[in-house]
Amino acid sequence: MPRYFTDEHEWIEVEDDSATVGITDYAQEQLGDIVFVELPAVGTALDKGGDAAVVESVKAASDVYAPISGEVTEGNSALEDEPALVNSSPEEDGWFFRMSVADKDELEGLMDEAAYKEFVAGL
Amino acid sequence: MVPFAGYEMPIQYTGEGGGIVAEHKWTRQSASLFDVSHMGQLALKDAADDPGSAARALEKLLPGLITSLKPGKMRYSLLLTEAGGVIDDLMVTNTGPHLALVVNGACKRDDIAHLREHLPDEITLTHFDDFALLALQGPKAGAVLEELIPGTGALTFMTAGLFEWEGAHLWVSRAGYTGEDGFEIAVHESRVEALAEALVADERVRPAGLGARDSLRLEAGLPLYGHDLTTDINPVSADLTFALSKKRRETGGYMGHGAVMTALENGPDQIRVGLTLEGRMPAREGAEVFAGDAKVGVVTSGGFSPTLGHPIAMAFIDAAHAAQGTSLEIAVRTKRLPATVSPMPFVPHRYYRGS
Repeated sequence: MPRYFTDEHEWIEVEDDSATVGITDYAQEQLGDIVFVELPAVGTALDKGGDAAVVESVKAASDVYAPISGEVTEGNSALEDEPALVNSSPEEDGWFFRMSVADKDELEGLMDEAAYKEFVAGL
Repeated sequence: MVPFAGYEMPIQYTGEGGGIVAEHKWTRQSASLFDVSHMGQLALKDAADDPGSAARALEKLLPGLITSLKPGKMRYSLLLTEAGGVIDDLMVTNTGPHLALVVNGACKRDDIAHLREHLPDEITLTHFDDFALLALQGPKAGAVLEELIPGTGALTFMTAGLFEWEGAHLWVSRAGYTGEDGFEIAVHESRVEALAEALVADERVRPAGLGARDSLRLEAGLPLYGHDLTTDINPVSADLTFALSKKRRETGGYMGHGAVMTALENGPDQIRVGLTLEGRMPAREGAEVFAGDAKVGVVTSGGFSPTLGHPIAMAFIDAAHAAQGTSLEIAVRTKRLPATVSPMPFVPHRYYRGS
Protein backbone atom coordinates (compact mmCIF):
# COMPACT_ATOMS: atom_id res chain seq x y z
CA MET A 1 0.00 0.00 0.00
CA PRO A 2 1.54 3.30 -0.99
CA ARG A 3 2.23 5.80 1.75
CA TYR A 4 2.57 9.52 1.08
CA PHE A 5 3.80 12.43 3.20
CA THR A 6 3.03 16.15 3.40
CA ASP A 7 5.37 19.02 4.22
CA GLU A 8 3.18 19.55 7.32
CA HIS A 9 4.33 16.13 8.57
CA GLU A 10 1.17 14.14 8.03
CA TRP A 11 1.31 10.67 6.46
CA ILE A 12 -1.45 9.11 4.41
CA GLU A 13 -1.67 5.50 3.39
CA VAL A 14 -4.00 4.68 0.53
CA GLU A 15 -5.80 1.42 -0.10
CA ASP A 16 -8.26 1.55 -2.99
CA ASP A 17 -10.68 4.41 -2.29
CA SER A 18 -9.86 4.65 1.39
CA ALA A 19 -6.94 6.26 3.20
CA THR A 20 -5.53 6.29 6.73
CA VAL A 21 -3.99 9.52 8.08
CA GLY A 22 -1.61 10.19 10.93
CA ILE A 23 1.38 12.34 11.87
CA THR A 24 4.97 11.33 11.33
CA ASP A 25 7.56 10.25 13.84
CA TYR A 26 9.36 13.54 13.21
CA ALA A 27 6.15 15.45 14.05
CA GLN A 28 5.50 13.61 17.31
CA GLU A 29 9.08 14.17 18.37
CA GLN A 30 8.75 17.90 17.74
CA LEU A 31 5.43 18.07 19.60
CA GLY A 32 6.59 16.17 22.65
CA ASP A 33 4.23 14.43 25.07
CA ILE A 34 0.78 14.30 23.51
CA VAL A 35 -2.10 14.53 25.97
CA PHE A 36 -5.14 14.83 23.72
CA VAL A 37 -6.16 14.40 20.08
CA GLU A 38 -9.30 16.07 18.78
CA LEU A 39 -10.47 13.98 15.84
CA PRO A 40 -12.96 14.99 13.15
CA ALA A 41 -16.41 13.42 13.44
CA VAL A 42 -17.33 10.65 11.03
CA GLY A 43 -18.94 12.25 7.98
CA THR A 44 -16.90 15.45 8.16
CA ALA A 45 -15.98 16.68 4.70
CA LEU A 46 -12.28 17.54 4.51
CA ASP A 47 -10.59 19.83 2.00
CA LYS A 48 -7.00 19.20 1.04
CA GLY A 49 -4.83 21.44 3.20
CA GLY A 50 -7.72 22.36 5.50
CA ASP A 51 -8.00 21.76 9.26
CA ALA A 52 -8.67 18.11 10.03
CA ALA A 53 -7.64 17.45 13.63
CA VAL A 54 -5.95 19.10 16.58
CA VAL A 55 -3.19 17.50 18.56
CA GLU A 56 -2.53 18.82 22.05
CA SER A 57 0.88 18.32 23.56
CA VAL A 58 1.82 19.48 27.04
CA LYS A 59 3.23 22.63 25.54
CA ALA A 60 0.79 23.62 22.79
CA ALA A 61 -2.12 22.83 20.48
CA SER A 62 -1.18 22.09 16.86
CA ASP A 63 -3.37 21.73 13.80
CA VAL A 64 -3.29 18.62 11.66
CA TYR A 65 -4.29 19.23 8.04
CA ALA A 66 -6.06 16.99 5.54
CA PRO A 67 -3.47 15.65 3.08
CA ILE A 68 -6.21 15.26 0.44
CA SER A 69 -9.94 15.95 0.11
CA GLY A 70 -12.52 13.39 1.18
CA GLU A 71 -14.91 12.38 3.92
CA VAL A 72 -14.01 11.06 7.35
CA THR A 73 -15.11 7.44 7.73
CA GLU A 74 -13.57 6.47 11.08
CA GLY A 75 -11.61 7.98 13.97
CA ASN A 76 -9.04 6.04 15.98
CA SER A 77 -10.96 5.51 19.21
CA ALA A 78 -7.83 4.11 20.90
CA LEU A 79 -6.49 7.68 21.07
CA GLU A 80 -9.29 8.75 23.41
CA ASP A 81 -7.88 6.71 26.30
CA GLU A 82 -4.29 6.62 25.18
CA PRO A 83 -3.24 9.72 23.22
CA ALA A 84 0.37 8.79 24.00
CA LEU A 85 0.05 6.16 21.25
CA VAL A 86 0.87 9.03 18.90
CA ASN A 87 4.25 9.30 20.64
CA SER A 88 4.95 5.59 20.93
CA SER A 89 3.60 4.44 17.55
CA PRO A 90 2.93 7.48 15.36
CA GLU A 91 2.99 5.69 12.04
CA GLU A 92 1.12 2.51 13.11
CA ASP A 93 -1.19 2.26 16.16
CA GLY A 94 -1.29 6.02 16.62
CA TRP A 95 -3.13 6.73 13.36
CA PHE A 96 -5.70 9.56 13.52
CA PHE A 97 -8.55 8.88 11.13
CA ARG A 98 -9.66 7.12 7.96
CA MET A 99 -11.16 8.95 5.03
CA SER A 100 -12.46 8.45 1.53
CA VAL A 101 -10.30 9.50 -1.40
CA ALA A 102 -12.23 12.08 -3.41
CA ASP A 103 -9.62 12.66 -6.09
CA LYS A 104 -6.61 10.38 -6.54
CA ASP A 105 -4.83 13.08 -8.52
CA GLU A 106 -4.37 15.02 -5.28
CA LEU A 107 -1.92 12.34 -4.13
CA GLU A 108 0.50 13.24 -6.86
CA GLY A 109 1.63 16.43 -5.16
CA LEU A 110 2.66 14.54 -2.02
CA MET A 111 6.06 13.12 -1.12
CA ASP A 112 6.97 9.44 -1.03
CA GLU A 113 8.97 8.09 1.92
CA ALA A 114 12.37 8.77 0.36
CA ALA A 115 11.45 12.35 -0.55
CA TYR A 116 10.03 12.97 2.92
CA LYS A 117 13.19 11.64 4.58
CA GLU A 118 15.23 14.02 2.50
CA PHE A 119 12.81 16.85 3.36
CA VAL A 120 13.17 16.20 7.10
CA ALA A 121 16.94 15.90 6.85
CA GLY A 122 17.00 19.41 5.39
CA LEU A 123 15.04 20.95 8.28
CA MET B 1 16.08 25.31 21.94
CA VAL B 2 13.85 28.38 21.74
CA PRO B 3 14.51 32.11 22.11
CA PHE B 4 13.31 33.25 25.54
CA ALA B 5 13.96 36.65 27.11
CA GLY B 6 16.96 37.10 24.83
CA TYR B 7 18.42 33.68 25.65
CA GLU B 8 18.42 30.36 23.85
CA MET B 9 16.72 27.94 26.23
CA PRO B 10 15.56 24.34 26.06
CA ILE B 11 11.82 23.58 26.22
CA GLN B 12 12.81 20.06 27.14
CA TYR B 13 15.83 17.79 27.12
CA THR B 14 16.23 14.78 24.84
CA GLY B 15 17.41 11.29 25.69
CA GLU B 16 16.56 9.12 28.65
CA GLY B 17 14.47 11.00 31.21
CA GLY B 18 13.88 13.83 28.75
CA GLY B 19 10.52 15.26 27.67
CA ILE B 20 8.23 17.63 29.53
CA VAL B 21 6.12 15.01 31.30
CA ALA B 22 9.12 12.89 32.37
CA GLU B 23 11.00 15.98 33.58
CA HIS B 24 7.91 17.23 35.39
CA LYS B 25 7.34 13.92 37.18
CA TRP B 26 11.02 13.58 38.05
CA THR B 27 10.90 17.00 39.72
CA ARG B 28 7.93 15.92 41.85
CA GLN B 29 9.56 12.61 42.89
CA SER B 30 13.30 13.30 42.97
CA ALA B 31 15.12 16.49 41.90
CA SER B 32 15.61 18.46 38.69
CA LEU B 33 18.15 21.05 37.67
CA PHE B 34 16.87 24.10 35.78
CA ASP B 35 19.08 26.76 34.22
CA VAL B 36 17.33 30.02 35.13
CA SER B 37 20.27 32.29 34.36
CA HIS B 38 17.99 34.52 32.28
CA MET B 39 16.55 35.86 35.54
CA GLY B 40 17.91 39.26 36.50
CA GLN B 41 20.18 39.28 39.55
CA LEU B 42 20.44 42.77 41.00
CA ALA B 43 21.79 44.29 44.19
CA LEU B 44 21.01 47.55 45.98
CA LYS B 45 23.26 49.15 48.56
CA ASP B 46 24.44 52.46 49.88
CA ALA B 47 28.03 53.62 50.32
CA ALA B 48 28.11 52.48 53.95
CA ASP B 49 26.98 48.90 53.11
CA ASP B 50 23.88 49.58 55.15
CA PRO B 51 21.02 47.50 53.72
CA GLY B 52 18.66 49.56 55.87
CA SER B 53 18.89 52.62 53.64
CA ALA B 54 18.49 50.49 50.51
CA ALA B 55 15.45 48.84 52.13
CA ARG B 56 13.87 52.19 52.96
CA ALA B 57 14.43 53.34 49.38
CA LEU B 58 13.08 50.12 47.86
CA GLU B 59 9.99 50.23 50.09
CA LYS B 60 8.89 53.32 48.15
CA LEU B 61 8.46 51.10 45.06
CA LEU B 62 6.80 47.98 46.45
CA PRO B 63 4.12 47.00 49.00
CA GLY B 64 6.17 44.60 51.13
CA LEU B 65 8.01 45.13 54.40
CA ILE B 66 11.68 45.16 53.48
CA THR B 67 13.12 47.18 56.39
CA SER B 68 12.13 44.41 58.81
CA LEU B 69 13.76 41.71 56.71
CA LYS B 70 16.58 40.17 58.75
CA PRO B 71 19.90 39.14 57.20
CA GLY B 72 19.51 35.81 55.38
CA LYS B 73 15.75 36.21 54.96
CA MET B 74 13.92 36.72 51.70
CA ARG B 75 10.48 37.87 50.65
CA TYR B 76 8.30 37.76 47.52
CA SER B 77 7.14 41.19 46.38
CA LEU B 78 5.84 43.23 43.47
CA LEU B 79 7.02 46.36 41.69
CA LEU B 80 3.90 48.48 41.12
CA THR B 81 2.90 51.37 38.87
CA GLU B 82 1.11 54.44 40.28
CA ALA B 83 -2.13 52.82 39.06
CA GLY B 84 -1.34 49.68 41.08
CA GLY B 85 -0.43 47.54 38.05
CA VAL B 86 2.27 44.92 38.42
CA ILE B 87 5.54 45.89 36.69
CA ASP B 88 7.18 42.65 37.83
CA ASP B 89 7.19 40.15 40.64
CA LEU B 90 10.48 39.54 42.39
CA MET B 91 12.37 38.08 45.32
CA VAL B 92 14.10 40.43 47.75
CA THR B 93 16.79 39.09 50.08
CA ASN B 94 18.71 40.82 52.84
CA THR B 95 22.21 39.44 52.24
CA GLY B 96 23.79 41.47 55.03
CA PRO B 97 25.72 44.18 53.20
CA HIS B 98 23.10 44.68 50.49
CA LEU B 99 19.66 43.77 49.21
CA ALA B 100 19.61 41.15 46.48
CA LEU B 101 16.78 41.20 43.96
CA VAL B 102 15.87 38.41 41.54
CA VAL B 103 13.56 39.62 38.79
CA ASN B 104 12.07 38.06 35.66
CA GLY B 105 14.36 37.75 32.66
CA ALA B 106 11.97 39.35 30.21
CA CYS B 107 11.44 42.33 32.55
CA LYS B 108 14.94 42.96 33.84
CA ARG B 109 15.87 45.84 31.51
CA ASP B 110 12.65 47.68 32.31
CA ASP B 111 13.00 46.89 36.03
CA ILE B 112 16.51 48.32 36.11
CA ALA B 113 15.33 51.48 34.34
CA HIS B 114 12.39 51.80 36.76
CA LEU B 115 14.58 51.29 39.84
CA ARG B 116 17.26 53.65 38.56
CA GLU B 117 14.69 56.34 37.82
CA HIS B 118 13.01 56.20 41.21
CA LEU B 119 15.77 55.26 43.67
CA PRO B 120 17.88 58.05 45.16
CA ASP B 121 21.35 58.54 43.69
CA GLU B 122 23.13 57.36 46.84
CA ILE B 123 21.71 53.86 46.33
CA THR B 124 23.95 51.86 44.01
CA LEU B 125 22.25 49.37 41.71
CA THR B 126 24.44 46.54 40.46
CA HIS B 127 23.35 44.09 37.78
CA PHE B 128 25.21 40.81 38.23
CA ASP B 129 24.94 39.87 34.59
CA ASP B 130 28.05 37.70 34.86
CA PHE B 131 26.29 35.44 37.36
CA ALA B 132 24.33 32.35 36.40
CA LEU B 133 21.38 31.01 38.39
CA LEU B 134 20.62 27.32 38.81
CA ALA B 135 17.40 26.01 40.34
CA LEU B 136 17.58 22.60 42.01
CA GLN B 137 14.00 21.57 42.74
CA GLY B 138 12.34 18.48 44.15
CA PRO B 139 11.90 16.44 47.34
CA LYS B 140 15.48 15.09 47.12
CA ALA B 141 17.05 18.50 46.45
CA GLY B 142 17.86 19.05 50.12
CA ALA B 143 19.75 15.79 50.54
CA VAL B 144 21.58 16.20 47.24
CA LEU B 145 22.78 19.71 47.94
CA GLU B 146 23.76 18.97 51.55
CA GLU B 147 26.09 16.23 50.29
CA LEU B 148 27.69 18.48 47.70
CA ILE B 149 27.70 21.70 49.73
CA PRO B 150 27.56 20.92 53.46
CA GLY B 151 25.50 23.36 55.48
CA THR B 152 22.91 24.13 52.82
CA GLY B 153 20.56 21.56 54.35
CA ALA B 154 20.15 23.82 57.37
CA LEU B 155 18.48 26.52 55.28
CA THR B 156 14.69 26.65 55.53
CA PHE B 157 12.16 27.94 52.99
CA MET B 158 12.79 31.60 52.10
CA THR B 159 16.18 31.83 53.78
CA ALA B 160 19.54 32.16 52.07
CA GLY B 161 23.25 32.22 52.72
CA LEU B 162 26.74 32.37 51.29
CA PHE B 163 28.49 29.03 50.70
CA GLU B 164 31.66 27.83 49.05
CA TRP B 165 32.12 25.00 46.61
CA GLU B 166 35.60 24.17 45.28
CA GLY B 167 36.70 27.75 45.79
CA ALA B 168 33.63 29.27 44.15
CA HIS B 169 31.32 31.53 46.15
CA LEU B 170 27.70 30.50 45.90
CA TRP B 171 24.69 32.44 47.08
CA VAL B 172 22.15 29.74 47.92
CA SER B 173 18.46 30.48 48.54
CA ARG B 174 15.97 27.84 49.65
CA ALA B 175 13.23 28.87 47.24
CA GLY B 176 11.98 28.22 43.76
CA TYR B 177 8.95 28.24 41.53
CA THR B 178 7.81 24.63 41.30
CA GLY B 179 5.96 24.19 44.61
CA GLU B 180 8.60 21.69 45.71
CA ASP B 181 11.38 22.08 48.22
CA GLY B 182 14.51 23.29 46.50
CA PHE B 183 17.17 25.89 45.98
CA GLU B 184 18.28 28.65 43.69
CA ILE B 185 22.04 28.91 43.43
CA ALA B 186 23.77 32.02 42.15
CA VAL B 187 27.23 31.25 40.83
CA HIS B 188 29.73 33.09 38.65
CA GLU B 189 29.39 32.18 34.98
CA SER B 190 32.95 30.83 34.94
CA ARG B 191 31.97 28.07 37.40
CA VAL B 192 28.36 27.32 36.53
CA GLU B 193 29.09 24.54 34.08
CA ALA B 194 31.25 22.66 36.57
CA LEU B 195 28.61 23.08 39.27
CA ALA B 196 25.80 21.93 36.94
CA GLU B 197 27.87 18.89 35.94
CA ALA B 198 28.49 18.07 39.60
CA LEU B 199 24.78 18.30 40.37
CA VAL B 200 23.55 16.15 37.47
CA ALA B 201 26.31 13.63 38.23
CA ASP B 202 24.12 12.69 41.20
CA GLU B 203 21.74 10.01 39.95
CA ARG B 204 18.88 11.67 41.83
CA VAL B 205 19.22 14.80 39.66
CA ARG B 206 18.21 15.23 36.01
CA PRO B 207 18.08 18.35 33.88
CA ALA B 208 14.69 19.93 33.14
CA GLY B 209 13.64 22.63 30.70
CA LEU B 210 11.21 25.51 30.35
CA GLY B 211 8.27 23.24 29.54
CA ALA B 212 8.39 21.43 32.86
CA ARG B 213 9.10 24.67 34.68
CA ASP B 214 5.84 26.06 33.28
CA SER B 215 3.69 22.99 34.02
CA LEU B 216 5.15 22.73 37.55
CA ARG B 217 4.48 26.35 38.45
CA LEU B 218 0.95 26.08 37.02
CA GLU B 219 0.21 23.09 39.27
CA ALA B 220 1.69 25.06 42.16
CA GLY B 221 -0.73 27.93 41.41
CA LEU B 222 2.12 30.40 40.92
CA PRO B 223 1.48 33.26 38.48
CA LEU B 224 3.81 33.84 35.55
CA TYR B 225 4.67 37.41 34.66
CA GLY B 226 3.51 38.45 31.18
CA HIS B 227 0.66 35.94 31.35
CA ASP B 228 -1.04 35.98 34.76
CA LEU B 229 0.50 39.28 35.81
CA THR B 230 0.81 42.47 33.75
CA THR B 231 0.77 46.22 34.32
CA ASP B 232 -3.02 46.06 33.71
CA ILE B 233 -3.49 43.75 36.70
CA ASN B 234 -3.33 44.86 40.34
CA PRO B 235 -2.23 42.60 43.21
CA VAL B 236 -5.77 42.32 44.61
CA SER B 237 -7.12 41.09 41.28
CA ALA B 238 -4.14 38.72 40.98
CA ASP B 239 -5.05 37.25 44.40
CA LEU B 240 -1.65 38.26 45.76
CA THR B 241 -2.92 40.27 48.73
CA PHE B 242 -0.50 38.31 50.93
CA ALA B 243 2.22 40.42 49.29
CA LEU B 244 0.49 43.60 50.52
CA SER B 245 2.05 43.97 53.95
CA LYS B 246 -0.70 44.72 56.52
CA LYS B 247 1.43 47.36 58.18
CA ARG B 248 2.28 49.06 54.92
CA ARG B 249 -1.37 49.11 53.83
CA GLU B 250 -1.77 51.56 56.73
CA THR B 251 1.48 53.45 56.52
CA GLY B 252 1.57 53.57 52.72
CA GLY B 253 4.37 55.56 51.14
CA TYR B 254 4.82 53.34 48.12
CA MET B 255 4.03 53.71 44.46
CA GLY B 256 0.56 52.38 43.72
CA HIS B 257 -0.58 52.44 47.38
CA GLY B 258 -3.69 54.53 46.68
CA ALA B 259 -4.81 52.33 43.82
CA VAL B 260 -4.15 49.15 45.77
CA MET B 261 -6.14 50.41 48.77
CA THR B 262 -9.07 51.30 46.51
CA ALA B 263 -8.98 47.80 45.02
CA LEU B 264 -8.84 46.28 48.53
CA GLU B 265 -11.78 48.36 49.74
CA ASN B 266 -14.01 47.91 46.70
CA GLY B 267 -12.95 44.37 45.90
CA PRO B 268 -11.57 43.48 42.47
CA ASP B 269 -13.73 43.43 39.33
CA GLN B 270 -12.01 40.22 38.30
CA ILE B 271 -9.93 37.82 40.31
CA ARG B 272 -7.34 35.22 39.40
CA VAL B 273 -8.73 31.75 40.13
CA GLY B 274 -7.87 28.16 39.42
CA LEU B 275 -10.04 26.11 37.06
CA THR B 276 -10.08 22.34 36.84
CA LEU B 277 -11.31 20.71 33.65
CA GLU B 278 -12.69 17.26 32.99
CA GLY B 279 -11.46 14.95 30.27
CA ARG B 280 -8.16 15.57 28.58
CA MET B 281 -8.60 18.57 26.28
CA PRO B 282 -6.62 21.51 27.66
CA ALA B 283 -7.72 25.14 27.57
CA ARG B 284 -4.86 27.51 26.77
CA GLU B 285 -4.02 31.14 27.41
CA GLY B 286 -6.56 33.41 25.71
CA ALA B 287 -9.51 30.99 25.87
CA GLU B 288 -12.72 32.77 26.91
CA VAL B 289 -14.68 31.65 29.96
CA PHE B 290 -18.48 31.67 30.07
CA ALA B 291 -21.27 31.41 32.63
CA GLY B 292 -24.15 30.39 30.40
CA ASP B 293 -24.09 32.82 27.47
CA ALA B 294 -22.23 35.54 29.35
CA LYS B 295 -18.49 35.89 28.96
CA VAL B 296 -17.11 36.20 32.48
CA GLY B 297 -13.36 35.92 32.01
CA VAL B 298 -10.35 34.66 30.16
CA VAL B 299 -7.73 31.97 30.69
CA THR B 300 -4.24 33.38 31.31
CA SER B 301 -2.37 30.06 31.75
CA GLY B 302 -3.58 26.61 30.97
CA GLY B 303 -2.39 23.15 30.20
CA PHE B 304 -2.45 19.50 31.04
CA SER B 305 -1.42 18.64 34.59
CA PRO B 306 0.98 15.67 34.46
CA THR B 307 0.55 15.08 38.20
CA LEU B 308 -3.26 15.14 38.22
CA GLY B 309 -3.87 13.64 34.77
CA HIS B 310 -6.38 16.28 33.68
CA PRO B 311 -6.20 19.85 32.39
CA ILE B 312 -5.95 22.84 34.74
CA ALA B 313 -5.91 26.57 34.15
CA MET B 314 -5.60 29.98 35.75
CA ALA B 315 -8.14 32.56 34.65
CA PHE B 316 -9.28 36.05 35.54
CA ILE B 317 -13.00 35.75 36.28
CA ASP B 318 -15.65 38.36 37.14
CA ALA B 319 -15.90 38.47 40.94
CA ALA B 320 -19.57 37.36 40.86
CA HIS B 321 -18.56 34.05 39.28
CA ALA B 322 -15.27 33.44 41.06
CA ALA B 323 -16.45 31.56 44.17
CA GLN B 324 -14.91 28.13 44.77
CA GLY B 325 -16.99 25.38 43.19
CA THR B 326 -18.66 27.61 40.58
CA SER B 327 -19.38 25.71 37.35
CA LEU B 328 -18.24 27.57 34.22
CA GLU B 329 -17.46 26.75 30.61
CA ILE B 330 -14.35 27.45 28.59
CA ALA B 331 -14.62 27.95 24.84
CA VAL B 332 -11.95 25.92 23.02
CA ARG B 333 -12.31 25.95 19.25
CA THR B 334 -15.87 24.69 18.62
CA LYS B 335 -16.37 23.15 22.06
CA ARG B 336 -17.46 24.37 25.47
CA LEU B 337 -15.45 22.57 28.14
CA PRO B 338 -16.95 22.32 31.63
CA ALA B 339 -14.65 23.83 34.26
CA THR B 340 -14.94 24.29 38.01
CA VAL B 341 -13.43 27.12 40.04
CA SER B 342 -10.94 25.33 42.29
CA PRO B 343 -8.52 26.20 45.06
CA MET B 344 -4.87 26.72 44.22
CA PRO B 345 -2.31 25.29 44.48
CA PHE B 346 -3.69 22.42 42.41
CA VAL B 347 -0.84 20.26 43.77
CA PRO B 348 0.11 20.97 47.41
CA HIS B 349 3.32 22.90 48.08
CA ARG B 350 6.01 20.92 49.86
CA TYR B 351 8.38 23.60 51.06
CA TYR B 352 10.93 22.77 53.76
CA ARG B 353 10.17 24.91 56.81
CA GLY B 354 12.39 23.02 59.26
CA SER B 355 12.10 19.66 60.94
